[in-house]
Amino acid sequence: MEKMKLVMVGNGMAGVRTLEEILKVSPNLYEITVFGAEPHANYNRILLSPVLSGEQTLKDIMLNDVDWYADNGITLHLNKKISRIDRVKRVVYAEDGTEAPYDRLLLATGSNPVILPLPGHDLDGVVSFRDIRDVDAMVDASGKYRHAVVIGGGLLGLEAANGLKLRGMDVTVIHNADWLMNRQLDETAGRMLQKSMESRGLKFLLGKVSKSIGGKDGRVAALCFESGEEIPADLVVMAVGIRPNDALAASAGIHCNKGIVVNDTMQTYDPRIYAVGECVSHRGVAYGLVAPLFEMAKVCANHLSMMGIGRYTGSVASTKLKVTGIDLFSAGDFEGDGDADVIVMYDAAGGIYKKLVIRDDKLVGTVLYGDAADGSWYFQLLREGRNVAEIRGQLMYGRAHLGNAGHQGQTQAAAMPDTMEVCGCNGITKGMIVKSIKEQGLFTLDEVRKHTKASGSCGSCTGLVEQILASTLGGDYSPAPQTKPLCGCTEHTHEEVRAAIRDHKLLSIPAAMRFLEWRTPDGCPSCRPALNYYLLSTWPHEVQDDPQSRFINERAHANIQKDGTYSVVPRMFGGITTPDELRRIADVADKYQVPMVKVTGGQRIDLLGVKKADLPAIWGDLGMPSGHAYGKALRTVKTCVGSEFCRFGTQDSTGLGIALEKALWNVWTPHKFKLAVSGCPRNCAEAAIKDVGIIGVDSGWEIFVGGNGGIKTEVAVFLVKVKTAEEVLEYTGAFLQLYREEARYLDRTVHWVQRVGLEYVKSKVMDEACRKALNERLLFALKGEKDPWAERASEGVEKHEFEALAV
Amino acid sequence: MTEWIKICALEEIPSMGTRVLESGKGRVGLFRTDADEVFALADRCPHKGGHLSQGMVCGQRVSCPMHGWSIGLRDGTAAAPDVGKTDTYPVKIEGGMVFVQI
Repeated sequence: MEKMKLVMVGNGMAGVRTLEEILKVSPNLYEITVFGAEPHANYNRILLSPVLSGEQTLKDIMLNDVDWYADNGITLHLNKKISRIDRVKRVVYAEDGTEAPYDRLLLATGSNPVILPLPGHDLDGVVSFRDIRDVDAMVDASGKYRHAVVIGGGLLGLEAANGLKLRGMDVTVIHNADWLMNRQLDETAGRMLQKSMESRGLKFLLGKVSKSIGGKDGRVAALCFESGEEIPADLVVMAVGIRPNDALAASAGIHCNKGIVVNDTMQTYDPRIYAVGECVSHRGVAYGLVAPLFEMAKVCANHLSMMGIGRYTGSVASTKLKVTGIDLFSAGDFEGDGDADVIVMYDAAGGIYKKLVIRDDKLVGTVLYGDAADGSWYFQLLREGRNVAEIRGQLMYGRAHLGNAGHQGQTQAAAMPDTMEVCGCNGITKGMIVKSIKEQGLFTLDEVRKHTKASGSCGSCTGLVEQILASTLGGDYSPAPQTKPLCGCTEHTHEEVRAAIRDHKLLSIPAAMRFLEWRTPDGCPSCRPALNYYLLSTWPHEVQDDPQSRFINERAHANIQKDGTYSVVPRMFGGITTPDELRRIADVADKYQVPMVKVTGGQRIDLLGVKKADLPAIWGDLGMPSGHAYGKALRTVKTCVGSEFCRFGTQDSTGLGIALEKALWNVWTPHKFKLAVSGCPRNCAEAAIKDVGIIGVDSGWEIFVGGNGGIKTEVAVFLVKVKTAEEVLEYTGAFLQLYREEARYLDRTVHWVQRVGLEYVKSKVMDEACRKALNERLLFALKGEKDPWAERASEGVEKHEFEALAV
Repeated sequence: MTEWIKICALEEIPSMGTRVLESGKGRVGLFRTDADEVFALADRCPHKGGHLSQGMVCGQRVSCPMHGWSIGLRDGTAAAPDVGKTDTYPVKIEGGMVFVQI
C-alpha cells in the first residue's frame, strides 16, 4: 500500500519534535517532506545567546542534522519558503516553484520578530534576534563597528546586549518602560538587574521612545528619540517581541486570530491541516516557551499517527531566567495589589532580593533576584495552591529550612563545579547532566531523568536537577504542567481516577481502564499497582486483589534482594518477643542456612538471603504472622520500654504499641505506614519521625502525625492530646483511614498532609461523628483479613509463585 | 536444530504473569501476556542481572524488579534510552501446552 504523504512547512523545534514523536509511534505511516526557509537543519533556538556571545558554535546547538532526515527517509528542502497552499488540490508551492502534494499538512511556521515601523527600519545594520542569520549579522558587525543599540529591555534584548558586549561592542539598551524586564520583574528587581548589568559596562536609556533611525550611505548611523536627542548606532537590534507567523495559513483561508487557530488536538479549521509551535493560537493563547510547544508536539503526533487520544489543554508557565549569569525567577502575580500580603527580603549590597506575594494563605506570586534556588519550589506551591499558613514563618528562607536533610546548601546550580555529584543514588554529576542536556537536546525534567537517571530514584535532588536544567537552557525552561496525570497511560489525575472508581463503582482494573479510556491495553508498572490499591481501598471485600498488578515484594510477601534472594521479617507486635519465638527464628535460620540475621530499625528481626522456594516452608516453621516489611502497608509499631520497667516512664508504651499493632496490622496503605509509641517525652521510640507518633505524658498521650525519617527528615506535627489508650486507637485509626481514602498512591503521610493542610486533616479527625465513621470503615476493611504467610504456608495460596518449573 | 521441549500447560503460567524455568542453560523466565502469548527470555536483566521473571508484565514488556528497566518480550531489548539485550528463546503453544527451544 502506498504511504500517505505528510508535508511539514517550517523546520524548527516544535515541528521536528512532532516528527520525532510520529516516527516513534508509527514509523511507517507517512512519506514525510519538510520545507525549511533557513539554510540550516533543526537547531536549538534557545541557545542562540551563547552562540552570539561566542561560548558555543552552531555545531554545538544542532538538534537534528541533515543526516537525521536522510536516516529517517525524510525529504528535506532547505532554503525553500512555501508561498502558497492549494487546499483543493492539496499541494504546497515554494517560492522557487518546488511543489509537494500532501494528505496531511503540518504547519510549524513559528513566529516573526516584531519590527517597529520606524523610518529607517529597512537600513542595513537593523536586525532582529531570532535566527542564525541575525546572529551572523551581529557577529559580523561586532568585528567592524563600535556602537550597538538594542531596542527592548526584555529577556531577549538583554541577552543580545550581553552577547554584543562580550564581542567588544559599546552597547546601549533602549527600553520604553521605567525598568528592565517589566513584564517579569517588579521595580526593585528590575533596578538591581540594571545595576548589575551596568557594572559589566552596558548602558541603559529607560523611558525613551524611539522616533527614527538615521542612515548614512544606506547603513544605519544613529537612533533618534521623540525628545530630539540622538545617539550613534552602527548596529540596531530590535528585540521588542514576537508575533505568530500565520501569514501563509491566512492566505490559504485557514482561520487565524493572532496565530493559526487550533483545537485541543492541534487541528486547524481544515481537518487535513495541523499546526504546532509558536505559530498557533490555542484557546486564545500563543506560547513562546519550549515546554508547552513540546506538549503540543506530542498531542499532534498522536493524532497524526491516527491514535486519536490525548488532548492539549494549555500550559501554565513561569519564567526562570538566566540572564548573563544572573539568577532570576518570576511567576504569577509578582506585584501584589491591595489585598495581598507581601514578604520581602532585600540585601542591596549582597545583590539579593526575594519577594513573595501571599493572598488568602496561598502563595500567588514571586520574584527572586540573585538567588533563585527556591524558584521551582515556590512555583510548585503556587501551582498547587497549597495552604502556606503553617510554614509562612520559614517560607522566605526556602525549602532547606523546612527540615530538608538532603543536599542542603548545594543550591547555586550555576556555580557548582562540573565534578560535583548531584544524584547520590545514581552517581550522576552536574557535568554529566549538562552534557546530556546539550548533546541529547533535553528540555524537561522527565527527559533528563530518562537519559541520565538523575533524580529518578529517591527524588531528593529533583530541585537541583531542575535548576541545572534551567541554568543550562536559560530563559526557555518551563517546569512540568500543574495537573499531573497518574501516568503516561492516562490523562486523568490520581484524584479523578479515585473519584471515578468510587462514583461509578468500578470493581476491576480492566473496568476502570475501560471507563477512564486508558491509552494502553493493560497499563504500565506505575498505574497498575495504583489502580489495584484504589480499587481495594475503595471497595473492600468486593474487589478481587490482582497479584499481577503488585510489585514483586507484595506479590511474594517478601523483599527481593539484589541477588534475587528474599528477606523475611516476622511480625513482633510492639517489638516484644519471647524466648520461644526467638528459638523458632534461630532454628529456621539454621535449617534453611540463612546467611544473615539482622535486627531492623523498626525493632524486628530480618532473615536475609532466603531462597524464594523456601519461603512458604519458612513461614510455616516460624509460625509467626507476616511483618509486611515488604509492603505499602502498616509496617511496625516501635516502642520504648515504658512504665512497666523504665524508672522514667509515665505511660505503658509497650502495652499501647501492642494494642495498636494488633488493631491495625494487615492493612494496605498508599505507601508504607510506620508508628511509634514512647512512654515519656524523652521519646526513646523516636516517635517524632513516624507517620503516627505517640508520646506519653503524665496526663495522657500526645499524638503527632506526618513524620518521616527517610530521604528528607520531617518532624511529625502535633495533632491532638488525649487521655486514654482507647482514644489513641480511635484517633490513629481515623487518621490512617483518611490517609487510605484520600492520599495519592505512593504519597507518604507527610506529602499528603502538606498538600491538603493539617487543618483539613484535623477537621475530619477531630469531628466525633466523622472520626467514628472513618474507624468503622477501617474495621470493615480489616474484617476477615487473613495472614498472607499462613495462607501460603498451609493453604497453598499462589503456589506457582514459589515453585520453579524444570526441564 | 534444537528440539521443542514441552514445559507446562498454558494455565500454569498466570495471565500477565511469569514462571521460572530451571534449565541446563540457567534460569529462563516464561512470560504470559494478556493476549495469551508466551515468551521465554534468559532470566537476566542486561542492566545488573536482575531476575526478569520477578517483574511485572505489561503489554509485550516486562519491567525489571531491580531498577525498572523495561525489556521487550519479543526481542529482549531494553526500552530507550537504556541500551541492552537479553537472550530470547523460541516458544510455541500447541494444544494448550507450552513448548520452548533452549
